[in-house]
Amino acid sequence: MEEIRPTYKKIHSITFGVMSPKFIKEMASAKIVTPELYDKEGYPVVGGLMDVRLGVIDPGLKCKTCGHKLKECPGHFGHIELARPVIHIKFVKEILDLLRSTCRSCGRILVPSDKIKKHVGELEKIGAELGLAERRKRVAEIMVSLKTITKCPHCKESQLKIIIEKPTTYIEDDKRLSPIEIRTRLERIPDDDLEVFGMNPKAVRPEWMVLTVLGIPPVTMRPSITLESGERSEDDLTHKLGDIVRINQRLFENINAGAPEIIIEDLWDLLQYHVTTFFDNEVAQLPPARHRSGEPLKTITARIKSKEGRIRHNLAGKRTNFSARTVISPDPKLNINEVGVPQVIAMKLTVPERLTEWNMKYLKEFIQRGAETYPGANYILRPDGKRKKITDETKEQLLEELQPGFIVERHLMNGDIALFNRQPSLHRMSMMCHRVRVLPGLTFRLNPAVCAPYNADFDGDEMNLHIPQTEEARAEAEILMEVQTQLISPRYGLSIIGCNQDAISGNYLLTRFMDIPREQAIDLLASVGITEFKKLPHKKIVSGKEVFSVIIPDNFDFDGVSRSVPSDNPDHTVKIRNGQLLSGVMDKSNLGEGSGLLLRNIHKQYGRDEMVEILGRIYRLGIEVLLKYGFTAKFADADLSEASTVQINKVIEEAYVDVNNMIKEYKEGNLELLPGRSMKETLELRILERLNKARNEAGKIIADNADQRSDTMTMVRSGARGNLINLAQMGACVGQQALRGERINKGFNRRTISAFKKDDLGPEAHGFIKSGFNKGLRPHEMFFMAMTGRDSLMDTALRTPKSGYLYRRLANALQDIKVEYDYTVRDAAGKIVQFAYGEDSMDVSKSEGGKINVKQIINSVMEK
Amino acid sequence: MSAKKDHLKHALIPEHTKLSDKEKEALMKKYNITLKELPKISINDPAISHLDPKEREIIKIVRKSPTAGKTIFYRGVINE
Repeated sequence: MEEIRPTYKKIHSITFGVMSPKFIKEMASAKIVTPELYDKEGYPVVGGLMDVRLGVIDPGLKCKTCGHKLKECPGHFGHIELARPVIHIKFVKEILDLLRSTCRSCGRILVPSDKIKKHVGELEKIGAELGLAERRKRVAEIMVSLKTITKCPHCKESQLKIIIEKPTTYIEDDKRLSPIEIRTRLERIPDDDLEVFGMNPKAVRPEWMVLTVLGIPPVTMRPSITLESGERSEDDLTHKLGDIVRINQRLFENINAGAPEIIIEDLWDLLQYHVTTFFDNEVAQLPPARHRSGEPLKTITARIKSKEGRIRHNLAGKRTNFSARTVISPDPKLNINEVGVPQVIAMKLTVPERLTEWNMKYLKEFIQRGAETYPGANYILRPDGKRKKITDETKEQLLEELQPGFIVERHLMNGDIALFNRQPSLHRMSMMCHRVRVLPGLTFRLNPAVCAPYNADFDGDEMNLHIPQTEEARAEAEILMEVQTQLISPRYGLSIIGCNQDAISGNYLLTRFMDIPREQAIDLLASVGITEFKKLPHKKIVSGKEVFSVIIPDNFDFDGVSRSVPSDNPDHTVKIRNGQLLSGVMDKSNLGEGSGLLLRNIHKQYGRDEMVEILGRIYRLGIEVLLKYGFTAKFADADLSEASTVQINKVIEEAYVDVNNMIKEYKEGNLELLPGRSMKETLELRILERLNKARNEAGKIIADNADQRSDTMTMVRSGARGNLINLAQMGACVGQQALRGERINKGFNRRTISAFKKDDLGPEAHGFIKSGFNKGLRPHEMFFMAMTGRDSLMDTALRTPKSGYLYRRLANALQDIKVEYDYTVRDAAGKIVQFAYGEDSMDVSKSEGGKINVKQIINSVMEK
Repeated sequence: MSAKKDHLKHALIPEHTKLSDKEKEALMKKYNITLKELPKISINDPAISHLDPKEREIIKIVRKSPTAGKTIFYRGVINE
């Protein structure tokens, strides 16, 4: 087979310019003279907008210009001669600038001859040193400075003020300038002067901005649709072009017939309108051209710009095949780097496998099973590029012609590589590579430990799955993106994947309180996947710490603290020696996501694959403990004893008394002012302070009196879920409701709610909620709560899109900034942003919480 | 130029010094750059008013850094 070598050429430069009438005519393969599209037989009219010379959109026909068939013919432009010139809407501003900066009689730029050279030189210099953006800025400055000149330095003609009446009318001294006049003026500007305006006369002559010839886009970019009824429905652009051609012909006829000037002017304006809306149907001052149904036409600008436009929708926003999306749900039995894929999805998504002599038998079995039985295959790709669907009818024949070189697209199977993603993808950890595990059901399953990097929960979240289709893509995904590779956050250098919720509670209970018979311990460990129990001491009763020690590596040493244990208890310090948990409790500060060095050190010492293994075991151990021994957060956990109810009521009563005293002092004017505050502000601040203190005291009473072994307290203490404030709000008192950091001060005239007297400054009249959720709120308290509730709801609803947009802009601005080999941070142009990455040239993901543990390094070196 | 240079004593204004021609050469060589790639500083910047800066000179700035303790930054003087 002859090798086809592609030709590579390097682009030297690109010039952007404006199309000249001459260019348009040369480019055009047909002149359009009639608005009619088809004749009676339904064939395109020659010289009409669907002229066969403009390309083919019907199957079976050949293009009159290039001779190619549908899909091969790229389409060809046509042109029409406009009866009178019209302004191009997209150049209105440029034309205005040019008219203002040049002489109305001689056409020269309003700069004395000797200074022109100077300006050009300056622009060249700015362009070379600071780039095009700066150069354009300077051009704009020059133009602004020319606006005020009233006398031409060349011919001494006095200049008149030109204003613009939007969208396309130029008025000079109360007289309207016709496009013809404008065009002749622009023609007079000499090439040499154009350089000062930053225009290259070879690419842009200003008079080309006033159209005399209009290019007609090829039919391939405005195909007509044949409806079921056999009727043809034309594209919006074709409709618009039809309008232009029709008015243009009328204008020609009227001019030739010598019609009165008013009629010609009217038609001319109409032509201007149609040409304008052809380019942009959303010009501010113009009513948009509409369909008969009243829906605005989609013309050229609408096709390109905005979110649904060509750029953001089609070029920047791509759609992919071999992907799936569905609801996610948790499955702690899966490995952290696995993803559960529903079988129905596994039968739609495929992996291409190239047929060789050696795997022939293996792959034939897939084809044998076909597309309908599970591990089967959907398509066969032949070396000639033909794609054959495997069905019961084609199966036999396909099996026969099968030979090495064919590609079989087989169903997704366990162990295949997939990319898993949840939007918004703010992180690199938002898209990670997982191993497929085909499961029954209709949802994607993932280990709850990977919720953190994806920021996912299971209240209906959906996620996407992509199947890489080439060896290279799979290798890349595996090496760069697999969950193991993403364990350590590049943001703070700690593990982002850790235990959460039940996994923390379970390990906390196990390592803090439990002593269990050896049989039960073996049961637990077996359900986690441990088969080797020699590390478990041969005693009748083993402690939870000993059980936990079984799943950590033998030679692991670690020192840390447990935040859940008070510092006077020996269990406060975590001590692991030779893989034995000697003291300390496993809680959020050790096992949690993004906290503590325990997981970080395991990662450092044993590597990522081992860490995923260990973490998975720790996670499952926690859950198994709860499964075996039971765990219930109950309503009664928030109940208070008689004594603490009395105590709390006393605390609140005292606060009320204090606040009332403050109010009294305030009314008498004796309140001691805080620096920089008025009397009223001082009062408000002090009340807020006092009431928060009361709430905290109440919380403390609860924490001290609550049953420390209750499951709710276990969650709070281990850091798995909830905090003391939540508990206080349930058991004792919800506390002060605040709007914008102040007590609630809005509502009716001089009071918040009509349940209070006017000018009541007391705690309850301004949103202090004495009751707890357990007891229930009183009516006025419910209203205060609803106020803050609505406020925070609004706040989140408004903030999310705003911060999303902010982030989008940030990401776009930073996207091609990278760290070079010399540790400098540079942008795409090679400009330096930082001389040392992060000022210390440190890769955070290789650090421990942003720091380097020098002591440990010294120790390890000394040992050797 | 202002007679008083009090603002230079402010805690938030880091130390600015001018590079000699030799140092300038060495810097450009070290990072393989021209003036174009360097961050900029205005010739009128109050922080360098005491150095009598000229266009195309390079200013060395030694800043406090929360990550590195001390960090060195360079800026090319521009006039506009």
